[in-house]
Amino acid sequence: MKIKKLRKELSLQVIPFSEIQNLTISERVKKILNLVLGNKIVILHGRLRPEEEARLIEDTMALVDHVKNFKGIELAVIEPNVKNEGFLTKAKYGIAKRLVGDTNALTLIGPASIIREIKKDPKKIELLLK
Amino acid sequence: MIRILKNFSKRILAALFRRKREIKIGFYGPPNAGKTSLANRICKDWTGEEIGVVSKIPHETRHVQFKEKVEIKHKGRKLTFKIVDTPGIATKIDYEDFMHYGMKKKDSKKRAKEATQGIIESIQWLDDMDAIVVVLDATENPYSQVNITIIGNIVARKIPVLLVANKIDLKNANVKKFESTFPEYELVGISAKEGTNMDEFYEALFRLSKKV
Repeated sequence: MKIKKLRKELSLQVIPFSEIQNLTISERVKKILNLVLGNKIVILHGRLRPEEEARLIEDTMALVDHVKNFKGIELAVIEPNVKNEGFLTKAKYGIAKRLVGDTNALTLIGPASIIREIKKDPKKIELLLK
Repeated sequence: MIRILKNFSKRILAALFRRKREIKIGFYGPPNAGKTSLANRICKDWTGEEIGVVSKIPHETRHVQFKEKVEIKHKGRKLTFKIVDTPGIATKIDYEDFMHYGMKKKDSKKRAKEATQGIIESIQWLDDMDAIVVVLDATENPYSQVNITIIGNIVARKIPVLLVANKIDLKNANVKKFESTFPEYELVGISAKEGTNMDEFYEALFRLSKKV
């Protein structure tokens, strides 16, 4: 019964990087928050820039204040670990990041009313639902 | 020759002016990491007055609070700071969480509303800081996205940063885990509550001020 209920509530939406590539900060954040407000867990191919993450938090807080039952978001970024890689791999990764953005990463954003916690360490990521 | 001398004296004057002015130092971090405890410890040590109220209930600091002209002396050196204590940054606020601490529903809702505004205020103050101390709870998981987002934003704004792993007086504190998570940044383990390792903290704070 419990599983049925969870399945009914859990909806994932994958956004390819190409879909947000040409959007402004406001448009990107608005697109993500619209999906989250629709109780969807967003899997974004790539990662937001730090200033976009800050804007996402600011806009989320403004919404918590105004939208009934909206308690905020859970956010996590999964990135390839290149710390222990050789110089060439690091350089290649760095150049690609500068040219086309961090497309090797995955960003998970979901409503705090559905996701209790995203536990992250370098080796695994756990999505704990309510 | 005259131009060289002129430029040289200009640089000397600028350096003197920079050293004399107040360094605006922000205390950032997730809620309940001990930002106000650390700011209080510093202000009490050097001015005799505290900056704000500390509580076990998260989001006690809901407005930016500051203390000006805090003169810190360390190993014969002296610097003047403006200490800026900011509300903790979080991605979610649930008023029901405050009710678990025995708060009434009405008060919890009010606290939640103020906390959301405090988070926005914290982020908006980022650009005003000369340097930032990120206070993290050494008993928590360092990989939290909020920690990474805060540090990422400071670095993107090219603001000098010092990380502090607070609460080392607690049994489950793990400073090494924080050091290995953020190896590219200077990190000091302290207990703001007990005043442990404050000398090392002031040493790091003076090093941080040199980068301003």
